[in-house]
Amino acid sequence: MKNTFIILLMFLSTSISFAQKKEKDSIKVIELKEVILIGKKAAEYEKNSKSLSTIEAFLHQSSSINMIKRGAYAWEPIINNMPTERTLVTIDGMRIFGACTDKMDPITSYIEVTNLSEAVIQDGQSGSLFGNTIGGSVDLKRNKPVFGEKKLETQFHSGFETNNSQKILGSSVNFKNESFYFDLDIMSRNAENYSAANHQEVLYSQFNKLNFSTTFGFRIKEHKLLETSIIYDKATDVGYPALPMDVSLAEAFITSIKYEVVPKNSTIKNWETKIYFNTIKHVMDDTTRPNVPIHMDMPGWSETFGFYSKLKYSFEKHHFLVNLNSFYNKSLAEMTMYPNNPNENLMFMLTWPDVRTLYNGVFLEDSFTVSKNSNLTLNISLGNHLNTVSSQFGLESLQIFYPEMSDKKNRFLKSFGANYHFSKSGFHYHFGVAYSERAPSVSEGYGFYLFNSFDGFDNIGNPNLKNESAIEGSFSIGLKKEKLMIKANASYFYFYDYIIAQTDFSLSPMTIGANGVRVYSALDTATIFNTSLSFEYFVNPFFTWNLQTTYAIGKTNDNENLPFISPFSYTSSLRFKKNKFTSEIQLVGNATQSNFNAEFGEDQTPNFAILNINAGYQFKFGNTKLMLKTGIENVFDKNYSTYADWNNIPRMGRNMYVNLNYLL
Amino acid sequence: MKPYFKKLAILLIATIAFASCSKDVNETEMNELEGFTKIRELSNSTHTIELYSEKEALIVGYNEIKLRILDNSSDIFVKNAQISWNPVMHMMMMNHSCPKSTVEKVADEGNLYEGYIVFQMEENASEYWDLTIDYTIDGVDYSITSEIDVLATDKRTVNSFTGSDNVRYLVTYIESTEPKVAINDMKIGVWKMENMMSFPMVDDYTVKIDPRMPSMGNHSSPNNVNATQSNPGAFYEGKLSLTMTGYWKINLQLANADGTVLKGEEISSTVESSSIFFEIEF
Repeated sequence: MKNTFIILLMFLSTSISFAQKKEKDSIKVIELKEVILIGKKAAEYEKNSKSLSTIEAFLHQSSSINMIKRGAYAWEPIINNMPTERTLVTIDGMRIFGACTDKMDPITSYIEVTNLSEAVIQDGQSGSLFGNTIGGSVDLKRNKPVFGEKKLETQFHSGFETNNSQKILGSSVNFKNESFYFDLDIMSRNAENYSAANHQEVLYSQFNKLNFSTTFGFRIKEHKLLETSIIYDKATDVGYPALPMDVSLAEAFITSIKYEVVPKNSTIKNWETKIYFNTIKHVMDDTTRPNVPIHMDMPGWSETFGFYSKLKYSFEKHHFLVNLNSFYNKSLAEMTMYPNNPNENLMFMLTWPDVRTLYNGVFLEDSFTVSKNSNLTLNISLGNHLNTVSSQFGLESLQIFYPEMSDKKNRFLKSFGANYHFSKSGFHYHFGVAYSERAPSVSEGYGFYLFNSFDGFDNIGNPNLKNESAIEGSFSIGLKKEKLMIKANASYFYFYDYIIAQTDFSLSPMTIGANGVRVYSALDTATIFNTSLSFEYFVNPFFTWNLQTTYAIGKTNDNENLPFISPFSYTSSLRFKKNKFTSEIQLVGNATQSNFNAEFGEDQTPNFAILNINAGYQFKFGNTKLMLKTGIENVFDKNYSTYADWNNIPRMGRNMYVNLNYLL
Repeated sequence: MKPYFKKLAILLIATIAFASCSKDVNETEMNELEGFTKIRELSNSTHTIELYSEKEALIVGYNEIKLRILDNSSDIFVKNAQISWNPVMHMMMMNHSCPKSTVEKVADEGNLYEGYIVFQMEENASEYWDLTIDYTIDGVDYSITSEIDVLATDKRTVNSFTGSDNVRYLVTYIESTEPKVAINDMKIGVWKMENMMSFPMVDDYTVKIDPRMPSMGNHSSPNNVNATQSNPGAFYEGKLSLTMTGYWKINLQLANADGTVLKGEEISSTVESSSIFFEIEF
């Protein structure tokens, strides 16, 4: 216990924890990252009140993460109040880009809980390991490789939710021996429309999802490992009640081969190299919607090739981390509109003009043990980001707006940060400063008449945008006592050239009924300030009380509010655990959203509070185990929606669920 | 034997040289006719005139026409003719002509001539067009008149109207013949009717354009440039921006040199279409 171990301290109601490592010289190094355990290991099921929850719901437990919801499916994670463009979400270090121009397929929608073991969340620039980010990163980790004594484990998963008749069925098979391991998971979800409070059916909120994933690992030599991994995910008939269109198909194929060396008694701790490929197809259509002014199809494709090679190296008091990473992405999206007169030609445009992005970057980090109880981490990330518009049709389309535009745009991106940790007599302090840059996303740089149904504007990309940059300062203080844990966190981002779409009154919208056209441009400066407070009190060996609050504020240089900034939010829960029984009562709420921006389609979202309860029990029958998790969400069937619900779609009313995990 | 071979060799070389010479001419001619189809032959006792067009037939609107004159007796194309032409519409109550260019030699060496004719209406059962070609070869005048077919188009490319100045105008779409999703170079011709037979080009006006998609909320497109002349006698040139494929209605307004709009209406929420417009579909 006193030598090498990881203490997982529960600081949220379920399973968010700090990874606190004890080094061999018994100096504590606190890593500023949050780890959410997801996986399907029996031990983790016990901690999760809803074991077959979605990835999004798992991530939502973090105080840094919120979700923009356009329906019941494929929520878009926002980290530190920053959406996809400013953040970095990877699967085991792999870059994957959604194929939907309307962000209806964040990459978290292409995986399943059974694919993963944990999510590592890093705030701000410190998340730049696999590429540039301003807001932070989430690395979704696949199940960890384990060789060992020969063992075959089979699990069955099953779940049901009453509100939308969601049926969850799945199975996992794991096998390991001394030189080989193998993981196979299949999971399916099928849900009907959900109902808001008072059985108000939310039309077009159904979804179907099938996920298949497998991992093979081979031990090549004593400390060398080769691993291949495949995830296939297919969602069909997915409704987006907040949008004017649905999705008939969202399909992803994600593959990788990894080579890992873990030398013993060497200054090199770990060297991991991976090549990967993923392809995504996303088909939006509105054929199921009645009374649309004009029918349209909007398919999109995204393909990414990439590699990284990551080396961990320790030398005296230094812990180095070096990562070389590259990717090549191809993003293409089309829009075909069907005129009411069938004799007329189809109306066709490229909404993403086959944009190729080639990124080559390097990340260097040195975590330096300054003294017995302090640590300084310095990092730098440098990258070259080259965009090429490879469709002549698409290039000429954009040249309507930018006659001088060339098909290529090269950007050099840099970021660096310093984080200082200090801990003494139960107190932890952290100070961080950083500078980071990002390139515009494909939509921001090259989108062509992308309709945003939130503000009602058609959006045009701008290839001449400058890189967005931010200076970041962060501070946290924590106290950990035997019965008590408190942590307060604050981060401040001062942006330059904050990319946002601004109305061009001279342009006429393409989409029928749109309010106008916005062109991506930049605010000179903008700020986002995030705060969070976590409090946990171990009342007695059975009861734990937990409170988590967040508050954020985001302003433009004209002191207007930035959109999608969380109002004051809170979660409080009382947890009971005795032997194999767990139970929890949880209160979740938001204050009234007073800082909103009507120009971006926001309105004042009223405050709300909902109550959730759950209970779990682990049965044992000889060698088999059955984990039962059951609960009621929104017990009082409150009608509510949050600031992040697209077009104020109401959230789910009362919902009862049962999750079963049967372990052979 | 040797001189015989020598002579034969010279003859051979000369033949090749000559052959390649005439072949060169033929190639130029072929290049000039690339993309053109023979649409009509007109003949009299001495000559046959072949008419070529990029289209399959003569149609309402702008027609670029090439022609050559074959001497019926020698079977050789005439290279030194001076040509003029006059298309005439024979209507029930009257006859009239239409805008047309002069007829010029395409290349000094070649035997092709070219020009354009803008037909403002199609033929019908009782009304027809004929074309008179007057030409002079070595001081001798000839003439051919023959009925020609002018077919209707399903998209409007010609607007014939009386402006607020009481002058009758003809505004015709010329280019782009292959519109793309891009900013297209646009060419428009503007003529006025001086009398039934004379349609001179109008100088210094402006043709304002506003492309719209009636099938999709009548939306417009950005960065269009109204058509103006670079110098008198030239076609009007502008920039036509098309943001997607499909059916586009290019609403027009004709303004004179003072900027007074003579015909056409601005599109607004209540005015969906101008009274003068072109149509394209791609």
